[in-house]
Amino acid sequence: MNSTGTYKIHFVVLTFLLLAAFFLNLTLGSVAIPFSEILKSFFGSGASKESWNYILLNYRLPKAITAMITGGGLSVAGLLMQTLFRNPLAGPYVLGISSGAGLGVAILVLGAGALGGVFATFLLSPWSLVIVAGLGSFLVLVAVMAVSMKIKDTMSILIIGLMFGSLTSAVVAVLSYFSNAQQLQQYIFWSFGSLGNQSWERVWILLFCFCAGLLLSVLSGKSLNSLLLGENYARSMGLRLKRTTLLLILATSILAGAITAFAGPIAFVGLAVPHLVRQVFRTANHFILIPAVLLFGSFLMLLCDTVAQLPFSSYTLPINAITSIIGAPVVIWLLVRKKKMFF
Amino acid sequence: MKNNPSPILTVENLSVGYQKSNGKLIIADQIDFHLDRGTLTALVGANGIGKSTLVRTLTAMQPRLGGNILICGKELKSFSPVELARKLSVVLTEHPASKNLSVFELIALGRQPHTNWMGNLTPADREAIDFAMEITDTLVLKEKKCYELSDGQLQRVAIARALSQDTPIIILDEPTTHLDIYHRAYIFKLMRKLVNEYRKTIFFSTHEIDLAIQLSDKMVVMTGEETYFDTPCALIDNNHFNHLFPEDTIQFDKVNGRFGIRDRM
Repeated sequence: MNSTGTYKIHFVVLTFLLLAAFFLNLTLGSVAIPFSEILKSFFGSGASKESWNYILLNYRLPKAITAMITGGGLSVAGLLMQTLFRNPLAGPYVLGISSGAGLGVAILVLGAGALGGVFATFLLSPWSLVIVAGLGSFLVLVAVMAVSMKIKDTMSILIIGLMFGSLTSAVVAVLSYFSNAQQLQQYIFWSFGSLGNQSWERVWILLFCFCAGLLLSVLSGKSLNSLLLGENYARSMGLRLKRTTLLLILATSILAGAITAFAGPIAFVGLAVPHLVRQVFRTANHFILIPAVLLFGSFLMLLCDTVAQLPFSSYTLPINAITSIIGAPVVIWLLVRKKKMFF
Repeated sequence: MKNNPSPILTVENLSVGYQKSNGKLIIADQIDFHLDRGTLTALVGANGIGKSTLVRTLTAMQPRLGGNILICGKELKSFSPVELARKLSVVLTEHPASKNLSVFELIALGRQPHTNWMGNLTPADREAIDFAMEITDTLVLKEKKCYELSDGQLQRVAIARALSQDTPIIILDEPTTHLDIYHRAYIFKLMRKLVNEYRKTIFFSTHEIDLAIQLSDKMVVMTGEETYFDTPCALIDNNHFNHLFPEDTIQFDKVNGRFGIRDRM
């Protein structure tokens, strides 16, 4: 593999773009706060208005961090899935991993009411949300993996992902039939996807899961590279296939599960970002692709969020709609332009 | 077998096939042969006779149903994946799953059993890669992506990857399928060169029986009923090629060492 040195400029530019998007995201919002006040709030004595300080530190900053984790994490998860399934169309959303996480959340949110009382509030803590979502993603991934071992056809894997998606929505429909209006509303708002309204506690939990998933991904870098040749070649070069597969599924479940638990199901980022990055970084080396995808995914999500909050107005669009509006055409464009997508 | 003290790979009474839920499906059994260091051995047989199954079993990609496989006198099962990857490299019929790899990246992947957890290349690794590219004439392709290559180039790159793995044994599964006559001859000459000049031990399956007879030291002939192992000349003398295919369609010509279509309608 080529050394990282070749892409130094790319990484510098990406980091710069990310920083710019980060400050842009903090600057724009329904309340207009001058940029100088923002700098003061973070690096100086604090903004001149107490309310600005509060908005920045307890609303905009956690939202920006959540956006970066969401974009970066989902993109890395998408990259891992594309290599693991050796399928350019794989991604957390397409393979039904987000649906799996959604099912976990649905059972928790809609089911908690049935138990009621103190137990319900305990069940709805951020940690239990992460655990059920992670578990849901893990189970769906294991199921998809098991089927993909029987059926080698790459298209069927995607259809199976779709089937899991509809299965999940069916179960959710049944559950919602038996739940009350308030729970239903809670679930529906979750399913729109939202980066805002994250408490610092949730951000820390998210950050923790993100780091854990990322660590597992980086540790699998060499195995991911060998998987590019296919299972048989990878094994002939000393890869322990079962262990690697489990590790990659675990990493994806943690990343996609935790992100989906807090930010809702977010489409297309995980699928599109690795392809966009491959247009610029002409390498297949995961030790370069993982950080590149991470930076670019974070950058793109910050931009999407900046658009979604409709600067200078009090409206906020669902983030899922924005990522789909941007992501779906990108995937179509890539397919048409390159005829065949690579991974 | 007895006169050579240390064959690098020994196969004893091997049976290959698949483990099904309702018992074993044996594709071929009672296979006995050995590979001496620095020899070229060809595996021939009709389609569906079990050549690929044998290759997959030898390379530990599928479990055997019985018998022994010894590499350097040690049972195949007792090798860890990395240990085995340092002894034995493969060239398979399948193409690399990702066509996005550059030729250099692909060949460099062969160094994986020797590199650290990040796969960083040391000067020694780069030397092995350069050697592999030079001997397969793939240096000029270095910067190309796999999707830009022809079948012949791709096969040379696949062999270069196996060479950069730097193993004493190389096993190739039908290395000349889909190639034009020039590339078929090229691959055969390359294998011969690797054996003669670099003391590699090469085992390959093929349908080019006439080329294999001319160029290999030993041959394994799978007929379905039995598996023969000997030098090409001895196999011809004992008429073992006659049973390779149904004799009413094609016939082995002992004098020329090749098959011909029987001119009887």
